Amino acid sequence: MGLKEWLQSKKEQKNLDRPATAALIDDEVGKLWTKCYNCGANLPSKEVEENLNVCPKCGYHFRINATERIKQVMDLMSFKETEANLGSVDPLNFKDLKPYKARQKEAQNKTKLNDAIITGTGKINGESVAVAVMEFAFMGGSMGSVVGEKISRLMELAINKKLPVVIFTSSGGARMQEGIFSLMQMAKTSCAVSKLNENKILYITVLTEPTFGGVTASFGTLGDIIIAEQGARMGFAGRRVIEQTIRQKLPSDFQTAEYFLKHGQVDMICSRDNLKETIANLIRLHASKK
Amino acid sequence: MQKVTQLPFEKPIYEIEDKIEELKNLSRDSGIDLSAQIDTLTKQAEEFKKKLYNNLQPYERIQIARHAQRPTFLDYVRNITTDWVEFHGDRAGTDDRSIIGGIGRIDDRPMLIVGTQKGRTTRENLEYNFGMPHPEGYRKALRLFKHAEKFNLPIVTIIDTPGAYPGIKAEETGQGGAIAKNLLEMAKLTVPVISVITGEGCSGGALGLAVANKVYMLENAYYTVITPEGCASILWSDASYADKAADALQITADFLLKSKIIDGIIKEPLGGAHYEPEVACENLKEMVLKGLSELDGLDEKQIVEDRYKKFRDMGEVKASLF
Ligand SMILES: [Zn+2]
Repeated sequence: MGLKEWLQSKKEQKNLDRPATAALIDDEVGKLWTKCYNCGANLPSKEVEENLNVCPKCGYHFRINATERIKQVMDLMSFKETEANLGSVDPLNFKDLKPYKARQKEAQNKTKLNDAIITGTGKINGESVAVAVMEFAFMGGSMGSVVGEKISRLMELAINKKLPVVIFTSSGGARMQEGIFSLMQMAKTSCAVSKLNENKILYITVLTEPTFGGVTASFGTLGDIIIAEQGARMGFAGRRVIEQTIRQKLPSDFQTAEYFLKHGQVDMICSRDNLKETIANLIRLHASKK
Repeated sequence: MQKVTQLPFEKPIYEIEDKIEELKNLSRDSGIDLSAQIDTLTKQAEEFKKKLYNNLQPYERIQIARHAQRPTFLDYVRNITTDWVEFHGDRAGTDDRSIIGGIGRIDDRPMLIVGTQKGRTTRENLEYNFGMPHPEGYRKALRLFKHAEKFNLPIVTIIDTPGAYPGIKAEETGQGGAIAKNLLEMAKLTVPVISVITGEGCSGGALGLAVANKVYMLENAYYTVITPEGCASILWSDASYADKAADALQITADFLLKSKIIDGIIKEPLGGAHYEPEVACENLKEMVLKGLSELDGLDEKQIVEDRYKKFRDMGEVKASLF
């Protein structure tokens, strides 16, 4: 191993060693100074933001919200939102320590979104796409009826307009508060992907920090091409559940993008600054006329 | 048949039955006629049973659904099929025993039957991994679905699983992707698919075998997005609130039928399938045949469309601006 590789592997090791929970703390973007969870550097927030919310010192990818993602990926002024006013109901009248309705309200006020996803059409480096971006800040990006319905409608729209579909996932899994209706969104969205396939529509999924549970076990892993964003964690079961089940310590790189690349579950890892052109290039490579 | 193991909420019944037994012994040993008392008590016991079993709380049904003597996949196969042949393996290195599949005749008609298997002994539980499939199990199921499609055989899936297995190897070989692939491929199958949740129908692990034209549940089975224990440990921060979570999640057959998630409820003998397994098997067989007869008129395209439409319509949304 050369010096460069050694340094690189040290850097990666550090990345992997960061506790899983650190990633779950809201990024402190918006304040004047941002502390990097990975290297500890104190950085001017503006500098981090201008660097796509990637630490300029160590390359750590801060979690970004759906609006910021759209801003970063879509060509200026090209994005047109669809189904923006589709909202959840409370089919089970669900209440745990708090009523579901109250949790919805809280999440809506926090994110200024109706639910945990934004869908629409627009361009990525000139290529027209139908796009969906999940919002982790809305109840952990959980998939309830609205997420399932908006993804289904987006895919139907893509078939009509013959647009490739790009979905950025970020989700803890199913929305428990919608019970079985939430589970059925896995079947619904997978059925929608089968229609995409029937119509030979290109479908790219970008798994971003974090993608777990019901999203991994449905449309998240059904892309023709699966990209993992650098630094993302992903998987079917959560780390804690697995540890409780098998009663042993998990490897430190468990469920990282690198781990899933090694095990053949994703096509590639892409850093944030390369994402836009990578997607555009893939679309162009698949656009050949018969 | 071996003695049925009692559940905690059944204690009052067993107490009355013990009393009846005592009186019978006393009557026999002493020669005193106690038949009037025995009759009264027996009647009381029957009344009490009916009342108890017809008003089960969700968490009590879960205990029945998890009962160690509840009929398993292989019990159903033995009871309702003839000429059964099991097929093994995913053709990629593994035969996941938590999912078993094969072809057999039900009422003379050959069909593919695939399901999750639970064990009763420690050895069996290890072999069947407590009915918790790895990705290889889902891939084996999918291979068999394709086989059935090729030979125009209807597919019946019988599901009783606490969920897909959460483990290191399961993640490495793509648990999420394997389930997703089954959802997608099941949506396209050109033969009729009937799924029956016979016990536990937990999460994606169950759904991965249940994208069907007709989905049925046994009366005491439950079907849920997450185990009540898992839900309680997340939302109540304490798994011991599982009974509360079970109420909130609405996991019982009657609610799911009302919500059009399932298409029918299969009656169980009083107290649960484990009291009279043959009756439960016969009822399941009748429902499967009824479901198939309803689908028999449809051509391949209509079968696919019927299934697609069923799942496309699931979910509750509204137009709103918050
Ligand atoms: Zn850094």
